Amino acid sequence: MIAYVIRRLLYVIPVLFIVSLISFSLMQLVPGDPAVVVAGLSATPDEVERVREQLGLNEPFYIQLLSWYGNLLQGDLGTSFLLGRPVVEVTVERLPVSLSIALYALVLTLVFGIVLGIIAALRQNTWVDQAVMTAALIGVSLPNFWLGLILIVVFAVHLGWLPSGGYVDFREDPWAWLRATTLPAISLAMLQMGLLARITRSTMLEVLRQDYIRTARAKGLPEHVVVGKHALKNVMIPVITVIGIIFSLLLSGSVVIETIFSIPGVGSLLGSAILRRDYPVIQGGLLLVATMLLLLNLLVDVLYAYFDPRVRYDGD
Amino acid sequence: MATEASTAAVTATVPQRRRRKATVWHRLLRHRLFVTGMFLFTLVAIGAIFADVLTTADPQKMSVRTRFEPPSLSYIFGTDNFGRSQWARVLYGAQLSLMIGLGVVVLNAIFGTLVGALAGYFRSLDNILMRIADAFMAFPVILLAIGITAALGPGSINAVIALAAVYTPRTARIVRASVLVAREMEYVQAAKACGAGDWRILRRHILPNCMAPLIVQLTFIFAYAVLSEAVLSFLGLGAQPPIPTWGNIISEGRQYIREAPWITLIPGIVLAATVLGLNLLGDGLRDVLDPRLKVQQ
Repeated sequence: MIAYVIRRLLYVIPVLFIVSLISFSLMQLVPGDPAVVVAGLSATPDEVERVREQLGLNEPFYIQLLSWYGNLLQGDLGTSFLLGRPVVEVTVERLPVSLSIALYALVLTLVFGIVLGIIAALRQNTWVDQAVMTAALIGVSLPNFWLGLILIVVFAVHLGWLPSGGYVDFREDPWAWLRATTLPAISLAMLQMGLLARITRSTMLEVLRQDYIRTARAKGLPEHVVVGKHALKNVMIPVITVIGIIFSLLLSGSVVIETIFSIPGVGSLLGSAILRRDYPVIQGGLLLVATMLLLLNLLVDVLYAYFDPRVRYDGD
Repeated sequence: MATEASTAAVTATVPQRRRRKATVWHRLLRHRLFVTGMFLFTLVAIGAIFADVLTTADPQKMSVRTRFEPPSLSYIFGTDNFGRSQWARVLYGAQLSLMIGLGVVVLNAIFGTLVGALAGYFRSLDNILMRIADAFMAFPVILLAIGITAALGPGSINAVIALAAVYTPRTARIVRASVLVAREMEYVQAAKACGAGDWRILRRHILPNCMAPLIVQLTFIFAYAVLSEAVLSFLGLGAQPPIPTWGNIISEGRQYIREAPWITLIPGIVLAATVLGLNLLGDGLRDVLDPRLKVQQ
């Protein structure tokens, strides 16, 4: 087990290195003179020069690369032009907001995705199965930003049940937090719910065909024990492996959803950084999110190996 | 004797291959969901291809007198805040969306196959290529696409480049997995024994046997690309107004969603129908071409 964990760690290090290299390269993709782009077209030559100085753009490429890594190792991802504060600081302080919504969406995804998938599998080829699978497919195909707008019109504007935007901290007022985050969480979760319902259904069908299920039934166990205990445990294995992917999709959606619902999270920070060309925030935000996801996947892998010892010996 | 046998084999394979193709088509046409997907996608594709036949209105022509007309016989999809025909805007938006989707698919097919084949066949390249792919895949899809388009600048071409860069590692992984299986097959050994070179083996023997999962994957990539392009142009990173895209129509309609909900509603429905159609096509192709993959998604 320890050997497995070490092997996974050794694998993450080169990937992290390339991830940071990709983040660094984003700035090199800016066509023309990035300093002019950042300073804006109406900037005076003096202002452009100051931006160039600030970004270190007058240094040769390898110096820029070295100083990027030098700063990175000290936990410094640069300073936001827009806010005039360190990127790490502004990202980290907004992280709890995004994570709390992502976790809410994750819970919705897991509960509805798994339950609907199991129901569909148990009623295979009936109208229930077809209805659930059609809904799942539509869920996978709906653009989340559009769904968010529709939910606002229906539940906030017409029915007036929930606020159309804004955010309240959970520690201040849990009920207000729930009201503020429900519509964004649903818009974020829809895609993953559909995806997970589909995965759960096909895994469940596979598992139900196994010999040990026949044995469980043959020895007279009631159906809810066969499904709830014997089958469910084995269905959960592939579900654990996709949690990393689900989380990645949730964070992917957060830029648009937080912008639509005016939620002060990392997503809306990136959204406004894009519009104002605040490159350090874009670079740093991307790097932080990718690193977080890599570590989450590492954790998922380790948990998976812990629960299913076969994985440890499989190698790559 | 030997030559006779081989010519017999050659003549036998041609009708056989044709028959196989025919049965694949038959099975696809009997797949209800595939046919539904085909119908949805064809509908949108016809709208896109024949946009200038289906409407005489200019999607960019503004008119104060026709602002905020709800859908009616004269304005099928209504008009927007500038009095522009939404029917024309959605049709021309379809043109752009499908073209961008197609561009991403073509780039994915080329580079995904290239990288996947190199990594799967030449084991010395595998480690480095796959670590790079892993690094790209560590970023959430939309976030990386946003980062790349934000750096390159907004626009359709840049959106295609960004989305291709984001999805290519995913396609490469799938091609690599099939190449890894195919390269251990006996017919590859046989080809090697006959003195065939690496490139010939890859091109003639391995890649043709990796086509099924690749086609399935590319259909899904098409769907994701159309969806992601809409997100990018919703955020103002795609084609710039007044050029209509589904994403920027929804974004512009957002301010008038109370008075004129059709501006936002209709392009969203058309977008969802397109993505649904492509997803159904992908599901159908997967069921028929490669049933083993069924469990994965």
